[in-house]
Amino acid sequence: MQDVVLALLAKEPSHGYELRARLQEALGPMGDALNAGQVYVTLTRLEKAGLVTAEHVGQAHRPDRKVYALTADGRRRVDAWLADLTWGKPSEFHLKLVAAAAARLADPVDLVEAQRRELLRRLADVQRAALIEPDGSAAALLIEGITLRLEADLRWLDACARHWDRKG
Amino acid sequence: MAILRACGLRKEYGRGTGLVRAVDHVDLDVEAGETVAIVGPSGCGKSTLLHLLGGLERPTGGELRLADRRIDRMSETELARLRRQAIGFVFQAFQLVDELTALENVELPALLAGAGPRVARRRAVELLERVGLADRAAHLPAALSGGQRQRVAVARALVGRPYVVLADEPTGNLDSAATTEVLRLFAALRADGQTLLLVTHESRVAATADRVITMRDGALVGQTNLAGAGGGLGAFAGLEG
Ligand SMILES: Nc1ncnc2c1ncn2[C@@H]1O[C@H](COP(=O)(O)OP(=O)(O)OP(=O)(O)O)[C@@H](O)[C@H]1O
Ligand SMILES: [Mg+2]
Repeated sequence: MQDVVLALLAKEPSHGYELRARLQEALGPMGDALNAGQVYVTLTRLEKAGLVTAEHVGQAHRPDRKVYALTADGRRRVDAWLADLTWGKPSEFHLKLVAAAAARLADPVDLVEAQRRELLRRLADVQRAALIEPDGSAAALLIEGITLRLEADLRWLDACARHWDRKG
Repeated sequence: MAILRACGLRKEYGRGTGLVRAVDHVDLDVEAGETVAIVGPSGCGKSTLLHLLGGLERPTGGELRLADRRIDRMSETELARLRRQAIGFVFQAFQLVDELTALENVELPALLAGAGPRVARRRAVELLERVGLADRAAHLPAALSGGQRQRVAVARALVGRPYVVLADEPTGNLDSAATTEVLRLFAALRADGQTLLLVTHESRVAATADRVITMRDGALVGQTNLAGAGGGLGAFAGLEG
């Protein structure tokens, strides 16, 4: 969540509610559960960590609003996050692509390709183990599960590549 | 040394507005002993490329060398001999002769290549053993499982001691367990130094190669090196959670 919010701020300084709206747009029905509180808690933590700055902007007849902007440290963290090939949830990678495209931080197709190579390498390691593991062992069952999951992830990355290739 | 070498290889079908560049200026070096996988969306030209490399089809342009011999401008007769002796093919649908036993299927290409019956028989027996099917020698294909049929087909491909085995979706008709059987066989062949080029849409199969090449619209557009890949099994940990 922190990384996603930072990456969205790389496009332009924003209010909390704008960030939430952009997250919800990218997530569609999956974003329904995202409440405003989560975004503000994240922004406060990021401010304490020195990754974003908050500026009060006065409004007529209303309380001030805060506009958040990335600091140099924040920007470095965004770059590190984009380069990180740790594989977590599809929604996180999806938001990485959306944020990278919106802020023109990186070509989503390149990010997908780097991630695809990484998962293929892992699958290669798993397959090496699978081919020497005797059938029917407990470890073979685990290997099968990991293989199926990596295969599904790689298929989804192909879909990501097609989607962003058309857009780019 | 590259055993198989393609340079600017092209294959076009049709003409004018109907022109299809099925293979579009492909440069490819396959080293002796290497296993290379080619992946890419349906219709991107994988099978056409494999057919060109194996001399089943003639290129529109470009150069092709197998073990340092130009094969793109060989005569039909020379090419036919080359296909029997220097190249092994494995297909998705096995393409065994239904009326022949496993053993006869394997010895057939040796006989066609002019080997004497006893030599051909000895070679076929040896290869069925190699693929773990010595006890199925007298079975007709119909009496074999998919994985076993494909192993017979691999044995047949090896009869001429080919420089390279070309496999087009070799696990495309197989379930997971039979796929594992065939992949184990490929791993054993590779340990013996057999050069192998396979086309597949299954990432699990591609992941067993030394190199995975991505093809799109007739061209090779990317490559992932897997020889000595990754962080070993520790990489599993990163998958959890
Ligand atoms: N004999 C032919 N005549 C005309 N066009 C052809 C011929 N053979 C192949 N093509 C065309 O060449 C292109 C590449 O076909 P090819 O069969 O090599 O693709 P592929 O990558 O193997 O696809 P798949 O994954 O579906 O097997 C396709 O557009 C196909 O329609
Ligand atoms: Mg094909």
